[in-house]
Amino acid sequence: MAPEKAPAQLGRPPLVRMIGITKRFPGVVANDRVDFELRAGEVHALLGENGAGKTTLMNILYGLYRPDEGRILVEGREVHIRGPRDAIELGIGMVHQHFRLVPTLTVAENIALSLREAGFFLPAKKVEPLIEEVANYYGLEVDPGAHIWQLSVGERQRVEILKLLIRDARILILDEPTTVLTPKERDELFKVMRKLAYEGRGIVFITHKLDEVFRVADRVTVLRKGRVVASSLPTSSVTPAQLARLMVGYELKPRPRMHPGRLGRVVLEVRELSALNDRGFMAVKGVSFQVRKGEIFGIAGVAGNGQRELVEVIVGLRKPASGRVLIDGVDVTGRSPAHLASMGVAFIPEDRARYGVVPDLSVAENLILRVYRERRFRHGLFLDLQAVREWSEKLVAEFGIATPDVDTPAGSLSGGNVQRLILARELSTRPRLLVASHPTHGLDVAATEYIRSLLLEQKEKGVAILLVSEDLDEIMELSDRIAVMREGRIVGVLGAAEADLETIGLMMSKG
Amino acid sequence: MRLPFGLRLERRLEEEGWLKLAVPICSIVLALALASGVFAAHGLNPALVYGTVFSRLLGTHTGLAFLVIKSIPLLLCAAGLVLAFRARVWNIGAEGQLLLGSVAAAGLALFVLPDAPACLLIPLMFLAGFLAGAAWALLPAVLKAKLNVDEVITTLMMNYIAYKLVEYLIYGPWRGKATWGFPFTDIIPANAQLPLIPGTSIHWPTLLLALAAAGAMFVLLERTSLGYEVKVYGGNPDLARAVGMRPGKIILICMLISGGLAGLAGVGELAGVHKRLKYPWTISGGYGFTAIIVAWLARLNPLACVLTATFMGALLAAGSMMRASFNVPYASVSVFNGLILLCLVAGEVLLRYRVKLVFYRREEEGAGP
Repeated sequence: MAPEKAPAQLGRPPLVRMIGITKRFPGVVANDRVDFELRAGEVHALLGENGAGKTTLMNILYGLYRPDEGRILVEGREVHIRGPRDAIELGIGMVHQHFRLVPTLTVAENIALSLREAGFFLPAKKVEPLIEEVANYYGLEVDPGAHIWQLSVGERQRVEILKLLIRDARILILDEPTTVLTPKERDELFKVMRKLAYEGRGIVFITHKLDEVFRVADRVTVLRKGRVVASSLPTSSVTPAQLARLMVGYELKPRPRMHPGRLGRVVLEVRELSALNDRGFMAVKGVSFQVRKGEIFGIAGVAGNGQRELVEVIVGLRKPASGRVLIDGVDVTGRSPAHLASMGVAFIPEDRARYGVVPDLSVAENLILRVYRERRFRHGLFLDLQAVREWSEKLVAEFGIATPDVDTPAGSLSGGNVQRLILARELSTRPRLLVASHPTHGLDVAATEYIRSLLLEQKEKGVAILLVSEDLDEIMELSDRIAVMREGRIVGVLGAAEADLETIGLMMSKG
Repeated sequence: MRLPFGLRLERRLEEEGWLKLAVPICSIVLALALASGVFAAHGLNPALVYGTVFSRLLGTHTGLAFLVIKSIPLLLCAAGLVLAFRARVWNIGAEGQLLLGSVAAAGLALFVLPDAPACLLIPLMFLAGFLAGAAWALLPAVLKAKLNVDEVITTLMMNYIAYKLVEYLIYGPWRGKATWGFPFTDIIPANAQLPLIPGTSIHWPTLLLALAAAGAMFVLLERTSLGYEVKVYGGNPDLARAVGMRPGKIILICMLISGGLAGLAGVGELAGVHKRLKYPWTISGGYGFTAIIVAWLARLNPLACVLTATFMGALLAAGSMMRASFNVPYASVSVFNGLILLCLVAGEVLLRYRVKLVFYRREEEGAGP
């Protein structure tokens, strides 16, 4: 969408200036003499890889951390922000990556919690009309009486934004707000962001997604390893490739386009498969397809159109309502995940927190999850710790998992390294079929690149890959064939040659 | 108007080793200082109380033995609870499981095999105690495994059934002939009484069992595939299911082992301390509940339970001494114990956060719009 320009704010000091901000944590400098400026009326993207220091910088502005060095000016006046309460008084609001809402309370109750003016008696009742007014004005539709746990992630985010708007925050910080959204919700969020900027508010948009920078931001500041590598560039003056280089620190080589190789026998066959979702509605409605050895079969579609349920049936986590799943011609419908794993099915889950790792256990203990029953890791009832260690050290090296050692808890790894760990574990079993669900979701550019090349490498090795992703670029880049899923059905299958963004986008959305 | 200074908590990115020792020690010192007030209010000199209790507890054989006797059941129960808690199976029923161990041992010694030689009878009593404790945990375990019934409620309620069962036995069918009207069973025969370390009242077989149990739980958790499954299931049950682990099996095993170990503690209390079945609270004395604290203080590490069980044993023993030597009322002893635990738990925060005193400069005032 074309960013609307806000009325010029010339002659007035910028909303926020952060000068020479340094923040050290034991062993790391999270921010190293960072300068940042936010003007009224702009969406300012703060771009960087995971761990580049974006969130730290904004946590400082929001008063969650105090800088070791540096000054902060709000509208030209030097301020010392001691905590979020100070920040809020200065008109600063932040929507965190993990929402700060009480699930058992209603929308109105949550918003009242954040407003001291709501008072002691029936605070929720007093804010309800206010919520409706503000929500209508900004197009952030949400039912004030609904409980938070009933809301989708997108709706919860709207509640968080409403919280800030009802307090009339002029400086809004959104920390990776699109990670949890569907493409449609994301577009709506961008519209709201533009509108807020038009009103003269300043919006800091933390992200690591290049395309989003160009879609919504006026200017962009790039952080790498705690330092500013590009300051307040107008988005109209840079190219995506330049930004990517700034962000990653080296040139990203475009991958040579894989010519569709010789495809082997059918590994996965799905016949007329139907399945219910958790709420008991039919989510997958008679889906059939085949994936061959050495093929990447991509499933595109807006999240929530049955992909999750389809994947869960294939890996054994969900019982189908009807239909068949065959692996190498053997009927495995409704078999347990362990049985399917023993048949050579590996799974990269969409929900990494749920099916990915045990955060409290060590990297080694997480890596052996698929293989610990095998004889080579056991002496009778006992685990062969030496074998476990050798095995996991080998995998850590092979997959480049950045960890001090294999005894480190998996929960302390970064998102990209957790995903490497999961891949290492799943691929270590030498699978025939790899089911990859949103494998690069939420990862930074370097980790995304690595994981995509790993998928292609597996394909070269003859693994059949079912790739489910919302990221159309990813689907188009990797897949040999692309199926589009809508409302539980496959509405079309395209070869890599005939697929283009527009066709797929149309198929995804046509009602 | 705000104060010109304040406290800030900052998260520590790495835990520091020396703090793990320094923080608990400082916590205890602080608690002792706070508790001084309680003793002073009773007109006692706190220094005298602490000095006497400390020197008697650690400086005399009887004191040390007293401490050890209190620690034995705590360690047995806590070792089992660590296993269950690692699987996030919340067994709150060690108290009842312990009592069932006592009942089984008493029954065996009084009515089934009263004439068996000690070398046969005592191992059989421990076996029966283990099985009885495990059996008491079986119902909650099955309900949890099959129907996902909350084990906190069921194990807790089973405690009260156990209390009533013991009361029924001592007032009813098992009431002894030579008890001067007290609701006790008769004293178990000499061949059923546990041998003591000469010159003390420490029933060493239970002590050895307790140490072995802590060691065994450590090996189980850190070296075996079953322990691995327990940890994975406790850390992420969805993932455990997804890789084909059987939650029902894990729940059942954890419950039965923790119930069984509590049962062993019950055998020790019966055959090593009381020698007869008495009021249920006299036998169990809250060990099953205190063991929950022991397990958590040890951060669910079975070997660390040896330390924390000894510590809690010392605390309980010190409390008894205060009551006996200084006439400190029971309630004040509870306050003393409570202060120590409160300070220890509150001190945990310092391991994860550093506290900074920050002074605000004058011009920062009125930073708001």
